[in-house]
Amino acid sequence: MRRRKERIDRGIKVRSGDVFALCSWREMLYLAAPRMLPIVGLLVLSLALSVYWQRVLLSVSVFALLAISWDILAQSGMISLGQALFFGSGAYLAGIMNHYWGWPPAVTIPLATIFGGLLCTLLLTPVLRLRGIYFSMVTLVLPLMLVRIVEATRIFGGTEGLSGLASFPTRWVEIYLIIAALLAALFGFRRLMDSDFGLVLKGINDNDRSVMNAGINIYWFKIQALFIASSVGAFAGAFMTHVYLFVGMPVFALDYSILPIAAAVVGGIGTLAGSTLGAFILVPLSEILRGLGGLRIVFYGLFLVIFTVALPEGIFHYVQRKYHQFERWAEVER
Amino acid sequence: MSDFPLLGVRRLYKNFGGVQAIQDLNFELAEGELLGLIGPNGSGKTTAVNLITGFVKPAQGEILYRGRDITAWPPYKVVRLGIARTFQMVKPFYQLPAYKNMIIPLYSPRVKQMTGGKYGDRNAVALDLLEEVGFERDALVAYKAASALPQGYLKRLELAKAIALNPDLMILDELFSGLSLAEVASILPIIEKLRQQGKTIIMIEHRLKELFRIADRVIVLNFGQKIADGNVADVMESREVKNAYLGTE
Ligand SMILES: Nc1ncnc2c1ncn2[C@@H]1O[C@H](COP(=O)(O)OP(=O)(O)O)[C@@H](O)[C@H]1O
Ligand SMILES: [Mg+2]
Repeated sequence: MRRRKERIDRGIKVRSGDVFALCSWREMLYLAAPRMLPIVGLLVLSLALSVYWQRVLLSVSVFALLAISWDILAQSGMISLGQALFFGSGAYLAGIMNHYWGWPPAVTIPLATIFGGLLCTLLLTPVLRLRGIYFSMVTLVLPLMLVRIVEATRIFGGTEGLSGLASFPTRWVEIYLIIAALLAALFGFRRLMDSDFGLVLKGINDNDRSVMNAGINIYWFKIQALFIASSVGAFAGAFMTHVYLFVGMPVFALDYSILPIAAAVVGGIGTLAGSTLGAFILVPLSEILRGLGGLRIVFYGLFLVIFTVALPEGIFHYVQRKYHQFERWAEVER
Repeated sequence: MSDFPLLGVRRLYKNFGGVQAIQDLNFELAEGELLGLIGPNGSGKTTAVNLITGFVKPAQGEILYRGRDITAWPPYKVVRLGIARTFQMVKPFYQLPAYKNMIIPLYSPRVKQMTGGKYGDRNAVALDLLEEVGFERDALVAYKAASALPQGYLKRLELAKAIALNPDLMILDELFSGLSLAEVASILPIIEKLRQQGKTIIMIEHRLKELFRIADRVIVLNFGQKIADGNVADVMESREVKNAYLGTE
């Protein structure tokens, strides 16, 4: 019997345009595997990891959310250098609601998500007309300013912050909440960005004159994207407040702004899965390098440089391309 | 119908630094008219369009649409009133299939308003509109990425995007530039049909022969000033126009 190699998705693509026609278990698996992988992977990890690495997984998920938030903005034509603004706003709001009014995490986290999103959207709406680097500069400066305001006015505990905040009932609630949030954000917002609404956002990034010329108010769409992205970041912050049982000035630290960008770049800009993947590589790497002490940043930086030079498109785009090129043996009819 | 002309442009001025792009431009446009706007390169035709559609704010003067002052309105509001334009330089979303390029105009509040609060299936509407401007359905051209399409189809796509907005006034900025005679000949009937539907049209064109076959009236710009305004025969007879175009006395 003569055989030749063919791509696994050949049958699927040949039979249909963008509606998939599935004819075998193998094809079904081919399509489902990339979607199942993060779900199964996260569940297995949550059970298999030690308590210490479970903590790292929390941190990974939080940075993945911040990277997803960053990428939603980037796809809509807004380059944020201030994810810490979203994270910090959510963190402080949750802390304040818990410390002063005694509300439990089940109340503070949803409220901090919504009001953190609203607050950041209000702060940034006046500068939405600024283009490119000018918008980015404002996002960079805002969290730094907020830190100084907290320090100077001594509100919300000043430099001491607010401590002794409520914790989650158990470690498992903590871990499954963040995993559920990450999966929901990953799949939900991916769907959103693939919808016609997402197309308009990407259109604004590509050629805003053309979108305006369609009778669409691009600022209204940017505001919506900003609210979505900042709510995701605020959720991450509010969540961490109840993990650390503390909120203070470090929540506006530059780490929360820079690491998500690094994750998106390493993982692949323009895809939420890429941003997530990037966080899953960079955060554990940073943990492993912890033993190196002062040299940690050097190795970390070196790794980033090597990655961006070797795979400028990002890991996700690379893997995705290879996956589509997977081949199998097929019989040749004579 | 109202007593106002569809479009009124009054004492309009615009300069870019020292360049007077538009100087004291005045004209009125009646409903259903097809106006040709011509003039040498750099005479201010595109600037006039940008002023009417809100992409550029005038230094002085006013623009009236059905008697309503729309001077310096943002582009998206102008479109919602029923004015749609095409760009001289077409910039589609190259990585998207042609029909997906139609989604953004079909997402417009203008479309929702015209169809009674419903959008319908945008993909299906997009394919219908593209067929109307000559994307042969059997050949599946509409599914090709815009980057793979020749200029002729990109211009048709640009036209279809304007038609999708169901405008009353269409402004076509050099739709025919860069196209072959055959391509122009195949697009002309589409414009004739739009006219029969009662659309008012401003066409900026360098292809005078084709333009003069369909235009009711012609305005000639030179160095930002209107130097002639009237029916085709009269305008082409005027001395100023011959000077501007041929540079001879
Ligand atoms: N955005 C702009 N900035 C500076 N100058 C401009 C701009 N747009 C047009 N101009 C100038 O205004 C004049 C008219 O240009 P334009 O309206 O594009 O002419 P046309 O479309 O008739 O070829 C030209 O001298 C051009 O250089
Ligand atoms: Mg021009």
